[in-house]
Amino acid sequence: MFGFISRRIAMALVVMFVVALISFLLFRFVGDPVNQMVGIETTPEQREALRQRLGLNDPVLVQFFRYVLGAIQFDFGNSYQFKQPVADLIGRRLPATLELSFASAIFALLLGIPMGVYTGLNRDSWLSKMFLSVSLVGISLPTFFIGILFIFFFSVTLQWLPSFGRGEVVALGSFWDTGFLTISGLKAIILPAITLGLYQMTLIMRLIRAEMLEVMRTDHIKFARARGLPNRSVYYIHALKNTMVPVITITGLQLGSIIAFAIITETVFQWPGMGILFLQAVQNVDIPIMAAYLLLTAFIFVFINLIVDILYVVIDPRLRTERGRA
Amino acid sequence: MTDNTPTVSGSEASEAPRSAMARFLDSDLLHSFLSSKVTVLAAFTTVVLMLAALFAPLIAPFNPFDLAQISILDARIPPIGMEWSDSRYLLGTDDQGRDLLSGILYGMRISLAVGFLSVAFAAVLGISLGLISGYVGGRTDAIIMRIAEVQLTFPAILLALLIDGIANGIFGNIDRETWAIWILTFSIGLSFWVQYARTVRGSTLVEKNKEYVQAARVIGIPAWIIMIRHVLPNVLGPVLVIATINLALAIITEATLSFLGVGVPSTQPSLGTLIRIGNDFLFSGEWWIAIFPGLALAILVLAVNLLGDWLRDALNPKLR
Repeated sequence: MFGFISRRIAMALVVMFVVALISFLLFRFVGDPVNQMVGIETTPEQREALRQRLGLNDPVLVQFFRYVLGAIQFDFGNSYQFKQPVADLIGRRLPATLELSFASAIFALLLGIPMGVYTGLNRDSWLSKMFLSVSLVGISLPTFFIGILFIFFFSVTLQWLPSFGRGEVVALGSFWDTGFLTISGLKAIILPAITLGLYQMTLIMRLIRAEMLEVMRTDHIKFARARGLPNRSVYYIHALKNTMVPVITITGLQLGSIIAFAIITETVFQWPGMGILFLQAVQNVDIPIMAAYLLLTAFIFVFINLIVDILYVVIDPRLRTERGRA
Repeated sequence: MTDNTPTVSGSEASEAPRSAMARFLDSDLLHSFLSSKVTVLAAFTTVVLMLAALFAPLIAPFNPFDLAQISILDARIPPIGMEWSDSRYLLGTDDQGRDLLSGILYGMRISLAVGFLSVAFAAVLGISLGLISGYVGGRTDAIIMRIAEVQLTFPAILLALLIDGIANGIFGNIDRETWAIWILTFSIGLSFWVQYARTVRGSTLVEKNKEYVQAARVIGIPAWIIMIRHVLPNVLGPVLVIATINLALAIITEATLSFLGVGVPSTQPSLGTLIRIGNDFLFSGEWWIAIFPGLALAILVLAVNLLGDWLRDALNPKLR
């Protein structure tokens, strides 16, 4: 158990090291940082002086360690387009993305789990069949098109909900603006959160359905029934509990994709988060932002993967011997 | 299934040689295909859409790239059946007066081309690395599989975005219009190779210990010939399924990147580009500019997905 966890942590560190290396190479060698910082009329001598001052003439290894040390202290250099520290730019937009991801994860879980249980228990009811076919269509529709359809129906045609922005935000402390405390903020988050969470919801539903079908055939469910327990406690206590292991894993891993897919949703709904910032950086080849975003998302993904891996083994004792060796 | 019909993977050494067509007509695969109505419909839709895209210059009423044929005066004409519509434009026109139906046909061409090319690229890369990884083993295997594992922690769409951004940073000074499609294909292909590599590696590990491979090795055939000529044909089965499902994913990824404005340039609009253009007109009531290309994309992807689902079940002997 301990060996397994330490191996996983070592693996995570290796991944982070590789990502840091890639993001440093990007930062240093794609596009010339000096060219981006000075005007056309700067003389070669001035350029050389700046080069010296930024430490770009030091050995590459020294520069790499300086970059990593900086990154650990949230210093990712200055953005080419905004001429501001990347950490500030990202820090200001992180709350918006995290709130959106959180809301959509909640939506996916709150709807996905009951729908999965229902379709698993009532295989042949028309409602189950409808859920399943709708979910197939949902998977085939690209996220951005779902967003556009939502805007078309709920904002343009019915005019129920706003189609862009976060609404009014309330400052919590110095760096966290929340949209959860105002009516307009809550209204604004509904459409983006559903758009973002829809794919995860169908995934969770299908997963729970498959697991339920499996679990309902096992002996302990038969015995629970034989003991005369009411259906509700058989379904929700004995059956659902046993489907939770894969659900936790997949949901955890999906949290990472939610952050990645937030780029698309944020673009459709003009949500002022990290995703839009990253997209602008890609379009304008703003390497410091790209490198920092790469590092940050890699860290989030690796961290989630690590937690999920450990949880997996903690929850399911059967896996301990098997996976401990892998 | 009482007769000895050859299976799909085909190990019919003892049988008298029959033509490939005759074998196909008698196979389980065809039977399973014809017995599923949804699949037949999906296949029909896919074929029709692909043919329409392939022959777009012949079918489309207009050529959206020909500036002589478009007039700004015809801009934003609604589709047939609505007020102010024009009988020449079945699905209406976009903001520059281009016929939307023609735009969709030409756009589908680009979407499908990028989809197919990137799937081919991903497959070739993944199969090669998987073969090498499985056959050579040892340190090579460890390195390739570690890279695959690292890459798997990131969603493909994020990777494609990053690679596209980096490639544009490196090749920033060359002509964007001609290269954008290739850079896009490369980025999508590079973000999808892992699945092929893992599958092929798995089956190569099994095949490599079989007698025919050992026999080939004993008579001194070089490793790369054994890999290509003997192992490769026997590990290709599952690859077909992955490729079909990946085609739908690649089309979605391309559309998404183009929608985000980092994909193909707007001079050669794909379906995603058309939707992005149309998105700006959603609020002024011109819904058709975004919705029709979006529906075309959704139908295409749904049909390919259904085909892929069927193929996976049909080729999976456990489900028979």
